[in-house]
Amino acid sequence: MNLDATETQPLGKAIKRKEDPRFIRGQGRYLDDIVLPKMLYMAMVRSPYAHARIKSIRVEDAYLVEGVKAVLTGEDLASMNLAWMPTLAGDQQMVLATGKVLLQYQEVAAIVAETRESAEDAASKVQVEYEPLTPVMDPFFALSAEAPVLREDREQKNNHIFHWEVGDHEETDAALAASAIVVKEQIRMPRVHPAPLEPCGCVADYQKSTGKLIWYVTSQAPHAHRTVLSMVSGLPEHMIHVISPDIGGGFGNKVPVYPGYVCAVVMSMQLGRPVKWVETRTENVATTNFARDYHMTAEIGATEDGRVTALKVSTIADHGAFDAAADPSKFPAGLFSIVTGSYRFPVAFAEVDGVYTNKAPGGVAYRCSFRVTEASFLIERVMNTLAYRLNLDPVELRRRNFIGVDDFPYQSPLGWTYDSGDYEKTLNTALDMIDYRGLRSEQQKRREQGELVGIGVSTFTEIVGAGPSHTFDILGIKMFDSCEIRIHPTGKAIARLGARHQGQGHETTFAQLIAQELGLSAADVLIEEGDTDTAPYGLGTYASRSTPTAGGAAALAARRVRNKAQQIAAHLLEVSPEDVQWDGSRFSAKGLSSRNVSMADVALAAYTNLPKGMEPGLEATYYYDPPNLTFPNGAYIAVVSIDRETGQVHVERFVAVDDCGTVINPMVVDGQIHGGLTEGFGIAFMQEIAFDADGNNLAPNFMDYLVPTAVETPRWETGRTVTPSPHHPIGAKGVGESPNVGSPAAFVNAVVDALSPYGVTNLEIPLFPWKIWEVLKQHGLTES
Amino acid sequence: MEQTVANDRIMVHVTINGESRQALAEPRTLLAYFIRDTLGLTGTHVGCDTTSCGACTVLLDGIPVKSCTILAVQAAGHEIETVEGLEHNGQLHPLQQAFWDNHGLQCGFCTPGMLMTTTALLRSQDDVNDDDVRRAISGNLCRCTGYVNIVKAVLEAKSRMREGG
Ligand code: FES
Ligand code: FES
Repeated sequence: MNLDATETQPLGKAIKRKEDPRFIRGQGRYLDDIVLPKMLYMAMVRSPYAHARIKSIRVEDAYLVEGVKAVLTGEDLASMNLAWMPTLAGDQQMVLATGKVLLQYQEVAAIVAETRESAEDAASKVQVEYEPLTPVMDPFFALSAEAPVLREDREQKNNHIFHWEVGDHEETDAALAASAIVVKEQIRMPRVHPAPLEPCGCVADYQKSTGKLIWYVTSQAPHAHRTVLSMVSGLPEHMIHVISPDIGGGFGNKVPVYPGYVCAVVMSMQLGRPVKWVETRTENVATTNFARDYHMTAEIGATEDGRVTALKVSTIADHGAFDAAADPSKFPAGLFSIVTGSYRFPVAFAEVDGVYTNKAPGGVAYRCSFRVTEASFLIERVMNTLAYRLNLDPVELRRRNFIGVDDFPYQSPLGWTYDSGDYEKTLNTALDMIDYRGLRSEQQKRREQGELVGIGVSTFTEIVGAGPSHTFDILGIKMFDSCEIRIHPTGKAIARLGARHQGQGHETTFAQLIAQELGLSAADVLIEEGDTDTAPYGLGTYASRSTPTAGGAAALAARRVRNKAQQIAAHLLEVSPEDVQWDGSRFSAKGLSSRNVSMADVALAAYTNLPKGMEPGLEATYYYDPPNLTFPNGAYIAVVSIDRETGQVHVERFVAVDDCGTVINPMVVDGQIHGGLTEGFGIAFMQEIAFDADGNNLAPNFMDYLVPTAVETPRWETGRTVTPSPHHPIGAKGVGESPNVGSPAAFVNAVVDALSPYGVTNLEIPLFPWKIWEVLKQHGLTES
Repeated sequence: MEQTVANDRIMVHVTINGESRQALAEPRTLLAYFIRDTLGLTGTHVGCDTTSCGACTVLLDGIPVKSCTILAVQAAGHEIETVEGLEHNGQLHPLQQAFWDNHGLQCGFCTPGMLMTTTALLRSQDDVNDDDVRRAISGNLCRCTGYVNIVKAVLEAKSRMREGG
C-alpha cells in the first residue's frame, strides 16, 4: 500500500505523488492550456521535399485570409540575422529556410493570425516554388564522392560532420590479431523518435512596455533555453523569463530549441502580442529531434575459454540535416564510450563519424544518457554472438567477464571510472526470479516439440549524471545542477531546483529527499521547478541526470540548512553547537535527549529568537558539481516465442532487475522502469522512422510510427539490488533510462536465441512480424 | 471582428458535465477544440492528428469517443462528460483515487483520456480482468507508465466500487 506524503522519515518509502491531485482532475497546466489576453496563434508552412532549392515564396494570398497578422519568411529573418540559429552541438540550423530546404516538412514560413484556424488557412495559401534536388537518405552514400553537398553554408565541401575516437587503436588491432576467437557483427539502431504524448510548443509574450519576454515553453532545460535564446535574439538574459509549465513527457525531445520557438518569439516582439505555437503530432515526429540512427560495426576478441581480449567499434552516425544533438560539448558521440559495458576489456577502441543527410536534425538522447542506448545495445548484442561462437551459455560468458565487485572503482579502457556495482548479485537475482535453469530445460523440451522459443539476457551498465565540470559542458556551460531551500517560520519549506521534471515525480521524490535530511515530511516541502526567475541555474532534466546532479544539490543544500539549524538549536537548548545531536527528526542536547527541539522550533527561532550576531533566516543554496558520474546497472531476461505462421513474437516473460543505488521512492522507481521497458520494447519491435528513396518520411504520425499500446506491451516483472554510489550524497544513481538502455538487447537476444538452432545470430530491429516471417521462410520454418 | 464571422458559425448547445452550455462554433471545429478553447475545459488533451492517441477521449451520451474525431456540431444536443466532471461533491471518482493510489500516471497527459475510457468500461462491465482493461484502453496511448499501474488502478477501482455497492 502506497503511503501519504505526511509520512515522516520518507526516504525509501513508496509515497503517493504530490503532483497527482491536479492531473487526475484534469487541472494540469500544460503548454496548450495557457491562454493569454490578446494571444495570437502561429502556424508553419513546411516543405514537401526533402531536398530542394527554393525558387520563390509568394505570401500575398496568405494576407487575404481574415485575421492574419503577419507572415515571416527566411529572408525576413535573414535581414535580422536570425535565419540560422546555433544548435546545442555547436552547429547551426535554419530557423526558416533560405536558399534550400534540407528535409521534408522543414519550416519555410510562419504565419501569425487571430485564431489557430486562420493561421492554418493562411499557411495553405503561401505559394512556394521549389526545384527538387536529389535527396541523400543513406548515410554511407552521404560520405561518398558522388553525394551532393547538402550544407552549402559550410566551408567544408562534403557531408562529413565530425570524427571522434577514443581508446588505443593500435593496441586494439594487435590484441584482436592475437586473439584465438574474433567475432564481428553489424548492428544498426534505426532512427526513432521519442514522441512524448504532448507535442512541443511555446507561448512567447513580449511586453514592449517593460522590455521583458515571458516565454512559456515545453522545455526540459529552461535555464539553458534562456541562455540560448538570449544569445540568438540579443535580448538581455535578465529580460527573458522562461516558464516551463507541466510537461507531458519529454524523453529528450524537449531539450533542443526548435525553429517554431524562435519564430514565435520574433513575432511576439514585432507584434507586441503573445504568440502561441503548438506543433501537431506530425510536425513533432517529422521535424523535431530524432534519436539513434547509428550504424555500428563491432569486433570482439576472446580466448578459447571465453575471456574477452579486445573490443573495436566503428560507427556511422546519421545526424540529419543539422547536427542538433544535445550532447555535452566534448562528446559529439555522447557517452558512447561506455560501450565496453559490464565487462573487463583490457583494451578497446571506438570511433564515430557524424554525417549529414536530408532528414530531421538530431540526435537526442531518447530516454538515454547520450548514445548510451546505442552502446549498450551493441555490446550486449555482440556478447551474445560471442556466446554462440564459443558455444557457451550467454550467462556463463557474462560471468567470466564481469567487472568484479572488488574491482570498483573500475577504470575502463575508454576512460571512465565506474563508481560501484555488484553485477553477479544483480544477475543472480534475475536468474532466480525467472528460474533460469528450469527455463532452459523447458526451452529444450518445447524446442523438441517444434516450438520456436528463445531466452535473451542483457547485463548492461549505464552511465548517467552528466556531469563533473572538468569534463562536461553544453555550449561552455558546466553541467552542474542546483537547489535552493527556504524554511518558513512555521517549519514548512520551499525548494527550487534547476531541473525540470516531465513526469518523473520530482515534486514528490525531491520533497522526500529534502524532508529526510531535515526531519520533515514530504508534505512539508514544496518543490518548484521550471521557472527561471525563481529557480537557481541548472542544466535541466534529461540523461537521467536529475537525481545524480540536482538530487545531490538538494541533499547538500538541506545539509547546509541543517548546519545552521544546529547552531540555532544549540541556542535554544542552551548548549554549545558541538553538544547538539541530530537523530534524523530532532535536535537534542548530547546525553540529555529529553531536551530537544524540532526543525519547526528551530525555523521559528530563525526568524524570532536568534543567537547574537547570527544572520536571520533559514535557507541555503547549493550548486552541486558531481565528482564523478554514476553507473547504474541491471540484468534483464526476456523469454519469447515466435508464431511460425505470422512471424509475430510473443514476449512470454520479462524480468528486469535494476541497481540504481539508493532508492528514494520504490513506487516511482518501478514506474520509471515499467515505462522505460515499454519504450525499449517499442524500439525492439515496432518503432522506426523510415524514409523512401525520395526522402519521404514514412512514419510521420501515430498511424505509421507505432508505439506500444496496452495490448502488446508485455507484463513486466521487476526486481532490485541496491549498491549505493559511493560519491553521491545519498548514494543514489538515477534510474529513468536504464530500462530503455538495457532492454532492447534482451528482446533481440531472445528472438535470436529462438532462431539460433537454425544459424541465425543477428537480426535488424525493429523486429516487425514481416521481417521475422521472412527469416522463417528463408529457413523453411514457416507453418505452411 | 467576432460579428463578421459569426454568420458562418453555428450555435452549438451541449450539456457538459451536467451543465448546459452553448457557444458558436465553425462547422469544421473539432469537438476537442470546442471543449478546450471555447468552453475552457482544458483537461481534455490533444496528442495527435490521426485519431491514434486517445488523450482527447470524452464520453458522448456515455460512450467514449475521441473528441478530435468528431465535429462540435455533431455533438449539439448531446451530453458530454469530461475528466472535470468525474469528481462529485468534493469526492474523487474511485478511478481517480485508484490512479493516484497506484501511481497510474506520470506526466499526466494521457490520464484524462484513460480515466474517461475506463469510466465507460467500468460502467458497462461488471466483471473485468487484466485483458479486458488492456483491450479497452488499446486506443489510449501512454508513453510513460508502460500501462502496468494503469491496469492495476482500474482493477482496484472496480473492486472498490463493488465493495462500495
Ligand atoms: S488527439 Fe484525439 S486521438 Fe489523439
Ligand atoms: S502518463 Fe505520460 S503519457 Fe501517460
